[in-house]
Amino acid sequence: MGILVRNLTKKYGDFQAVNGVTFEVPAGQLVALLGPSGSGKSSILRIIAGLELADTGSVELTGEDATHVPVQRRGVGFVFQHYALFRHMTIRENVAFGLELRRPKPNKDEIRARVDELLGLVQLMGHAERYPSQLSGGQRQRVALARALAPKPKVLLLDEPFGALDAKVRDELRAWLRRLHDEDHMTTLFVTHDQQEAFEVADQVIVLNHGKVEQMGPPQWLYERPATPFVTEFLGSVNVLNVETVLTMDQHGDEVPLSLDLPGSEGGRAVYVRPHDLEVQRHRDGRPCWPARIRRLTPLGGLARLVLTLHDGTDIQVQLTRQRCLELSLAQGDDVFVLPKDLKVFHQPGNFVENYMI
Amino acid sequence: MVGKPRFGSLGRSLLILAVVGWFALLILVPSLALFRAAISGGVGAFWRALTSPEALTSFQLTIGITLIATVVNTVMGLLLALVLTRHRFPGQTFVDGLVDLPFAVSPIVAGLMLVVVYGPNGWLGIPLNAIGFQVVYAWPGMVLATIFVTLPFVVREVVPVLREFGVDQEEVAYTLGAGRWRTFRKVTWPSIRWGLAYGVTLTVARSLGEFGALLVVSGNILGRTQTTTLYVHDSIESFNTEGAYAASLALAAVSFILLIGMESLRRRVAIREGTE
Repeated sequence: MGILVRNLTKKYGDFQAVNGVTFEVPAGQLVALLGPSGSGKSSILRIIAGLELADTGSVELTGEDATHVPVQRRGVGFVFQHYALFRHMTIRENVAFGLELRRPKPNKDEIRARVDELLGLVQLMGHAERYPSQLSGGQRQRVALARALAPKPKVLLLDEPFGALDAKVRDELRAWLRRLHDEDHMTTLFVTHDQQEAFEVADQVIVLNHGKVEQMGPPQWLYERPATPFVTEFLGSVNVLNVETVLTMDQHGDEVPLSLDLPGSEGGRAVYVRPHDLEVQRHRDGRPCWPARIRRLTPLGGLARLVLTLHDGTDIQVQLTRQRCLELSLAQGDDVFVLPKDLKVFHQPGNFVENYMI
Repeated sequence: MVGKPRFGSLGRSLLILAVVGWFALLILVPSLALFRAAISGGVGAFWRALTSPEALTSFQLTIGITLIATVVNTVMGLLLALVLTRHRFPGQTFVDGLVDLPFAVSPIVAGLMLVVVYGPNGWLGIPLNAIGFQVVYAWPGMVLATIFVTLPFVVREVVPVLREFGVDQEEVAYTLGAGRWRTFRKVTWPSIRWGLAYGVTLTVARSLGEFGALLVVSGNILGRTQTTTLYVHDSIESFNTEGAYAASLALAAVSFILLIGMESLRRRVAIREGTE
């Protein structure tokens, strides 16, 4: 087992940043802590590193209780969003910093060899004698990673590691981190607010909200089986419709009604449909559908995004392939029929979810 | 065109001329005048005035007070800056604001505050006098007054540098196994030393030139509690113009050297900050 946290809580003044968080990062996995700002993800990472103390709860690293172990002896590698390189030291000195603090202290040749090995790993071999200010953002972050990995930490913790980089470098570095992890299988936990980043890089994703774990699992599984409305909305765009809107559709014409077998009819429920789970047709074909008008059509390369207005005035977003758009020769202002392929209904009290595949 | 004022080349030249002229009138002319006045009686007379026993004693006292005040304010100022930026405690904003008090209060008032506390009838002065330790009208009071007046310089130079520096680098050092002292020495210190040096230079300059607070605290006893600034003041009062000019020129010369040092320090700080 890599990292295990139990019942962590942390309060800053009146603000409950972490509120009873329990999860496990299996050894050798790359796991993302995903959540909006203020969800407590950075606080949890800092507590695991020992940079902050939790009010309650425990932290285990590779099977040993580390709750009261000072940060210096936890054996974690930590990477900050803004690199935090020692700016008056060369790249070599930066990477060697942690090595010189190992006990027993490695000799000069050993340190030199290990630094060279790591600079090779992060592809910065020729930059050893430069200073951080002479490197680009992506290079600096790779140095920060090499520095964290040099003393062979038990776990690697990354706090929004790609947040300060521009889009292209960010994509390269994500792919590179994933490759690196596939080679060395270091237990890694990284914090991000970007669901695409979490999905691209992580084996498993832990979704946080208001200091609590909403759901944990492999990315695709979370996407397909979100446990709460928050997870559904956070992992990609989604249409949120009133149950009434969906059920009363058949009163506005002769379209085939959509039959949702909903127990009771009390409020507090919402229907969630992803834009790509909606199909558009020119004519009814016997399947349940809603009539709608195309309010806006935005081509986006291989895809097209449509905003449709239903009869009761509700706007919904639909995503189609460009191909499909051309086949139907859709244009703004056209009247069409929308078919939902996959709906989720969340029942607020009790928070249970029903999935409708149509 | 409305908005920005536009200068022709004539307007621009006039503006530059006016600014340079103002600067010369205000600073250069008096400096040169002082220099001329000091050596008007010949270099020999100037040297005799500079090495008179009273002048030499005042130099010693000024240098001694400056040394102690600078060392104390460097250490305490650095600690205060570290505590203000790295820790949270009740009354922090109050302390933060109070650090600037010596800038806001006239030095004479500062001196008077010390007399009230440490004077022969002050509530700390009475017990201290009883054990034979005289603060006011002696050098300890003068050191205290100088420390008080120059307290903000180091703090105000180091605090912004520490804030800008942030805690990330220190925290990374901790995760790599470095203790607090090693982290300070290897990570924090190299980043703040130029800012600190700048603050120390300002402290030295101010300590050398302090007059008002010392006037109140020292009692101005000839040969015992007379610093260079007090000596200049006394020399003017007693028409010893050679002595006043010579000592003034010495003070001005040291200030000038400090100023040059400060300017080169400021450049180094600017360059360092520009690199990240």
